[in-house]
Amino acid sequence: MIIKGKVWKFGDNIDTDVIIPARYLNTSDPKELAMHCMENYDANFIKEMNPGDIVVAGANFGCGSSREHAPIALKAAGVSCVIAKSFARIFYRNAVNIGLPIFESIELVDECSKGDILEIDTDKGIIKNLTTNKVYNTTALPEFIQKIISLGGLKAYLKEELKRREQNV
Amino acid sequence: MGKTLVEKILSAHTDSKDFKVGDIIIVKLDFAFSNDITAPLAIKVFEESGAKQVFDKKRIGIIPDHFAPNKDVKSAEQCKTMREFAHKHHIEHYFEIGKMGIEHALLPEKGLVLPGDLVAGADSHTDTSGALGAFAIGVGSTDMAYAIATGEVWLKVPPVIRLNYTGKLNKWVSGKDLILYTISKIGVDGANYKVMEFSGEVIKNLSMDNRFTMCNMAIEAGAKTGIIEPDEKTIDYVDSRAKRPYKVFKNDSDVTYEKIIDYDVSNIEPQVSFPHSPGNAKSISEVGNIKIDQSIIGSCTNGRMEDLRIAAEILKEHSVHPEVRLIVFPATQSIYQQALKEGLIDIFISAGAAVSTPTCGPCIGGHMGLLAKGERSISTTNRNFVGRMGHPESEVYLSNPAVAAASAILGKIASPEEVK
Repeated sequence: MIIKGKVWKFGDNIDTDVIIPARYLNTSDPKELAMHCMENYDANFIKEMNPGDIVVAGANFGCGSSREHAPIALKAAGVSCVIAKSFARIFYRNAVNIGLPIFESIELVDECSKGDILEIDTDKGIIKNLTTNKVYNTTALPEFIQKIISLGGLKAYLKEELKRREQNV
Repeated sequence: MGKTLVEKILSAHTDSKDFKVGDIIIVKLDFAFSNDITAPLAIKVFEESGAKQVFDKKRIGIIPDHFAPNKDVKSAEQCKTMREFAHKHHIEHYFEIGKMGIEHALLPEKGLVLPGDLVAGADSHTDTSGALGAFAIGVGSTDMAYAIATGEVWLKVPPVIRLNYTGKLNKWVSGKDLILYTISKIGVDGANYKVMEFSGEVIKNLSMDNRFTMCNMAIEAGAKTGIIEPDEKTIDYVDSRAKRPYKVFKNDSDVTYEKIIDYDVSNIEPQVSFPHSPGNAKSISEVGNIKIDQSIIGSCTNGRMEDLRIAAEILKEHSVHPEVRLIVFPATQSIYQQALKEGLIDIFISAGAAVSTPTCGPCIGGHMGLLAKGERSISTTNRNFVGRMGHPESEVYLSNPAVAAASAILGKIASPEEVK
């Protein structure tokens, strides 16, 4: 899959309370969650971003709570991909599990600016910054994680797994 | 080369042979649980996946503790979803309001999570149960759907770092101070994807309540979980509670860790983490004059008996400062009841505190104690992110219960030593 979008840039340690404050977690409706995405950090983000835009952030993106509502809010807001220097582990698995593409690249994060246009080949993990004409290779994801992503998330994987188990009984 | 207790627990729960750090393995769970924020989403995924039944109705916990007692109609709907699911699938460990407690205090207390267990909870503070010598990890809702359908989760085998505490603890210094201090030293991603094993003579002498507090906040350094090797104290705690047999795993004598970090606790004072990061810890003597509007004593981090006893010891025969709201919320109903029997609740109410039924409400800025713009709270909870407890321009300072109690009396962040 090829993703192309405009960069929104954030700093280090963007926590899940910033991505989606807990006061809105009395619902799991993606559309409602999306309305408050990044509200504690930049209330204009959701008003000004366009579907397909890319979130680029520093280290430890998604630290804090285990709320899957965080990647759901980003995805439902239209964020096509998150690239960070590193991810907090529960956010990482939640993003994989719901099929939100994520990549790690310290170099790219350091060298790109708000508004740059990126083109990402998600299968190869190659990111091109079309504004600066630089190309970045990211580390290939482990095979098991690639399988979950290629199916569209862990729910689809679970469906397959349940069928497999039924047939084996 | 010997094995760590983490490797031994993982080996006992997977079919994968000879796995190494970084490998992705599928593990079988002893217990899986979720709450009123994470369960409704998990139930939706469970149903959409076509799953018909849960893997084991005795090994699933469903606990409405976050926005419960229901704070509004939407929360009531979420709790209803999980209640109906629990009844439909005959889930044995559904805890209704009145029997409910904050999940990470409740499950160990009820003997539902045990040493040697592999536990997944759809809440980041699941690491709390590592204090029992269990491998307990926080996961998301889709993970939880997978877990309740199959009894399994995927995980990446983590390296272990050992944190070794020696020396003599100063007065008023607790497990909370050790963990805040540690996070401030290694950073909020200092243990990302790793296990933090707490050890050394200080941990050996630490009570179970304080051990729970330390493991609870391992996630605040990014850790996959925190863990403490079980000893006599663990067994004393567990023996009368355990609802099923369990196995104690210990470290071999010749294990190698990714890293060993030594801390001499003799110089550690009570810690206060400044906004907006648990890693911004300062010693109480360096805090300065910071006025507060609210003090919160409770949560999965510091809502246990010892926490309430120490807060009561300081509040006894004192009054909460006229410009401060003090809210005390015991972590479980049994703790609440025990506090009543010991006269602690009377001390809190006489001092002018509000005492609440167990809930995660104030800690997450959900209900029961939110902050207005520009307001400041000292809190024994675990996170002080931007907007964590209410308005994005409010502030949260994290501390132990003794400091939170002293601050409530004096109207500013204060050491218990300042309360005469």
